[in-house]
Amino acid sequence: MKIILPFFTVVLIACLVYGGTRYLEGHILFGIIVPYICFALAIVGFVVKIVKWAVSPVPFNITTVCGQQKSLNFLRHSPIESPASRCGVFFRMLFEVLFFRSLLRNEKVELYGKERRLIYGSDRYLWIFAILFHWSMLIILLRHLKLFLEPIPYWIIMLQNLDGIFQSHIPPVYISNVLVSIGLVFLFLRRLKRRVMYISLPSDFFVLFLIGGVILSGMLLRYVYRADILLVKAFLFGLIYLNPVPYTGFGTMFYIHLCFISVLIAYLPYSKLMHMAGVFLSPTRNLRNDSRARRHINPWDYPVKEHTYEEWEEEFKDALKEADIPLDSENKG
Amino acid sequence: MKKIILGLILFLLVAFLPLGYNIYTGKKAYIPVIKAPEDKKECVENVFIMRKRHNIVLEKWRDASVRHGIKKYVSLNGTYKISLTGTCLGCHSDKTQFCDRCHDYAGVKPRCWDCHNIPDKVAEK
Repeated sequence: MKIILPFFTVVLIACLVYGGTRYLEGHILFGIIVPYICFALAIVGFVVKIVKWAVSPVPFNITTVCGQQKSLNFLRHSPIESPASRCGVFFRMLFEVLFFRSLLRNEKVELYGKERRLIYGSDRYLWIFAILFHWSMLIILLRHLKLFLEPIPYWIIMLQNLDGIFQSHIPPVYISNVLVSIGLVFLFLRRLKRRVMYISLPSDFFVLFLIGGVILSGMLLRYVYRADILLVKAFLFGLIYLNPVPYTGFGTMFYIHLCFISVLIAYLPYSKLMHMAGVFLSPTRNLRNDSRARRHINPWDYPVKEHTYEEWEEEFKDALKEADIPLDSENKG
Repeated sequence: MKKIILGLILFLLVAFLPLGYNIYTGKKAYIPVIKAPEDKKECVENVFIMRKRHNIVLEKWRDASVRHGIKKYVSLNGTYKISLTGTCLGCHSDKTQFCDRCHDYAGVKPRCWDCHNIPDKVAEK
């Protein structure tokens, strides 16, 4: 059920677009209105979410580290694993965002052998496939910039040529397309494992299927149901400059691709995919591990009405004297 | 807080960068126009096939000619000699006015000219 429901939701989107553009005059709806609405939802949702996160207080310094904290001189400090300075945090975040450093420490726990001993082992498959998936996504995203820029900057052409360096088939097969598919299939298969399945939600599968739909429709658009790329670019220019020109000649696959990506970006701020922004805002990563050197003020702190010992002593002075309890105020110096 | 807002603004700026870029380059409304030869009405296939799949036709031509030694191409429009320089450039004589216009716009760099000569350039030499 966890799988079937999101799968058919994605299929339903595709069917709606297919039927709408093929049998009804849905070109304006699916080519112009849906992308506009989805883009607006995406931008507004994104900003709202970030602002919501930004105003949330960070009550404690909860940085999670796995290195020696900056301490005494003869203890070697690990500046990236346990940063004490802003510079250290910068590099820690850099490695986290670009290379998923914390995922590299992913571990598995298993009951091993006949005796069913509990063993721990490193599990780096998730890391390697996550790297493949995310970097391919980035390259694909950058490649698509060619549809939004005129004249096309040289580095995009270079990236595209590098991506298609194997020069097999016409149009060339892009390495990133292959790798992103492999990454996505792994991420899907991983969720099928019993223990991961147990903690999976339909929304986990929904984003997988939706991204799968985007990738599949994109590749079909490139290799099988080709759209006239000149008109596509002209159409997209019309869209981004708020001067959309309805055009009916693209073929259904183009609209399916466009609508999948629209739904994806519209859903993005409300989904787990928001980790693209959330990673920068995780207090376990972006705080300095300096809780012993500097006091972390809890913004939630209630201004407590203090009653110090001195005041208390003053209040019960006579009773204390009577009981022969030494007084601080009289023993000073 | 300030840093987060700054990051957010930076993100939005990057996201909307293409809008500014095209206005800056002044090609906001640019659409390439190619010069069709005046004396011929049809290409080797009809215009819809040629628009979307001329690359595949040319790939078939290359395989047929170079690998299998087939020099004739029969389509609904007639029989053509398989030759990029002879047949294609015979009508579409100026590469910069025809091929390059769309290829530059679509960011496509075909490898035809790795091997083939561009007639005008050879003549200049």
